Amino acid sequence: MTAATGIPHRRPSSRRVTSATVLYIVLIVLALIIVLPLLWTLITSFKTDADAVRNPYSLPSPFSIDAYRTLASGQQPILLWLWNSFAAASLQTILILVTASMGAYALARLDFAGKKLVFGVIIATLLVPPVVFLIPNYLIVQNFGWLDTILAITVPGAAGAFGIFFLRQFFVGLPVEIEEAARIDGAGDFRIFLQVVLPLARPALATLAVLSFLNNWNDFLWPVYVLLSPENMTLQPGLAMLQGAYRTHFAIVMAGAVVASVPVLILFGVAQRQIVDSVAGAAVKG
Amino acid sequence: MASSALVTPAAPVTTAGRGGRRPRPRTRRKTLTAYLFLAPFLILFLTFVVAPAVFGLWISVTDWSPFRDVQHFVGLQNYINLFTPGSINSGDFWRAMGATGIFVVASVPFLLVVPLLVAILLNRKIRAATAFRTIFFAPYVLGVAVVGLIWGYILDTQSGILNRLLELVGIRGDIPWLVDVPWVWVSLVGVTVWWTMGLNTVIFLAGLKGINTDLYEAAAIDGAGAVRSFFSVTLPGLRPVMLFITTTTVLASANMFGQSYLLTNGGPGNATRTAIMYISDQGLSQNNMAGASAMSYILFAFLAVISIINFRVQRERQEGPAA
Repeated sequence: MTAATGIPHRRPSSRRVTSATVLYIVLIVLALIIVLPLLWTLITSFKTDADAVRNPYSLPSPFSIDAYRTLASGQQPILLWLWNSFAAASLQTILILVTASMGAYALARLDFAGKKLVFGVIIATLLVPPVVFLIPNYLIVQNFGWLDTILAITVPGAAGAFGIFFLRQFFVGLPVEIEEAARIDGAGDFRIFLQVVLPLARPALATLAVLSFLNNWNDFLWPVYVLLSPENMTLQPGLAMLQGAYRTHFAIVMAGAVVASVPVLILFGVAQRQIVDSVAGAAVKG
Repeated sequence: MASSALVTPAAPVTTAGRGGRRPRPRTRRKTLTAYLFLAPFLILFLTFVVAPAVFGLWISVTDWSPFRDVQHFVGLQNYINLFTPGSINSGDFWRAMGATGIFVVASVPFLLVVPLLVAILLNRKIRAATAFRTIFFAPYVLGVAVVGLIWGYILDTQSGILNRLLELVGIRGDIPWLVDVPWVWVSLVGVTVWWTMGLNTVIFLAGLKGINTDLYEAAAIDGAGAVRSFFSVTLPGLRPVMLFITTTTVLASANMFGQSYLLTNGGPGNATRTAIMYISDQGLSQNNMAGASAMSYILFAFLAVISIINFRVQRERQEGPAA
């Protein structure tokens, strides 16, 4: 890790070759630390329970899909959880994109009374940790009759300040000339927003969509408390239940982990560049 | 960057100069249009952010009980209780705050240093950089529950593969990873690094790409070695990103919940029961909503102070040597 600063090299000397070898070894070891637990999860899920306990680091013998069968016929509707997670994350993402983009347009482009106050309050809440909202929001959601419904895990979470703040920053940076040209052509604010600003903001909207989806998908504390019946659960609280139900049945627990991870990992594999760039870009530029 | 954006004044509106003969009705119509645009967001924001923030503060100064219709104002009593040694919740609350403190102090250095080193490696001209980046980031998309399932098995004292492997290579095979201190902390920090390392790595990587390569060449011409140019080019170049990452990482670690809930269940004893875990349990399972609300505001105050200190320190460092 000595030449770790990215100085362009002209003549590859033997020292350079050695340092490159060390570099690759370090990266490969790190990659193995990430990959091996996942690979081992997959392997264990194809074992019988007895085999999983007796031979934890061998290949499955016999190769068995008992764990998946038990999972499919058991009390834990894991595929339903998977669907609930997708539905909730998608719904919340759409809600955030619509409300935040409209609000951000007003904050970035329109002049109105109370603008500074509205923007100031939104910014101030960015710094409040989520635990502060936990108990009062639980009472509010309970009052609305939303406990144990998809509304509880989509609507309150869409109210956060991040989305509108992030999009406002992006809108402010857009050149105003195109909007002005549209205005001269007689377009109103809503048409300008819809037909000029939104298409220009597509990369920012995609970034916000990725971040919102991941955020909802990974949410754990809130769904643990507001979702109650097994069929309404999302993956995160559901899997915690699964772990409790099959504490020593490692093959079944690992099969649950596989079912829960494969769809996300495929999605991540397909869109990895977009996802990673979104996360990094929002942090560095946002 | 969140920090720089905080001081950006509201954007000057560029539609000025159109008409303007009768400003008042026009302004009023503009204001109406703007609030129509803002309405969907503001309805959500007022209902689920502003209202609960105020409502929570109110709950914390009452004797709130979900079983009673009328709640009484008790002033700062709930806060005073928490600061009174020996009162009903204060011991447990401060132990939980302590656990959160331990986790922040133990995890943040690793969550900063490991991703920084990995990002520096990935920023060199190497083959398959994208593939490595993808692999390092992958655990983050899995979510804490999957991570909890996988590591709950790996770290199991009797059946876990880690202890079996350690035994195989001749080290002790009975390390109580999830059931005894200090091993629980090693496990929680290790699992958190495994899970979220990729997130900070890709942010550092984006920061490194933004550093002008001419600076490295200039440093090399001046005779700076790899270490010198790391400290005089790389680190200064990463300053804005560093402020963002330290802030978000400290806050994320201070809000740790899932790892403890899934891996150690707060144990042994209550050693790894974090503040978030204790507050949510008190408020939503033990029906101590007033006490828990007061606790959440105390935690908020702590985090705000830490964020401000972090911001000040980093800004001083930024301005100090450069001036």
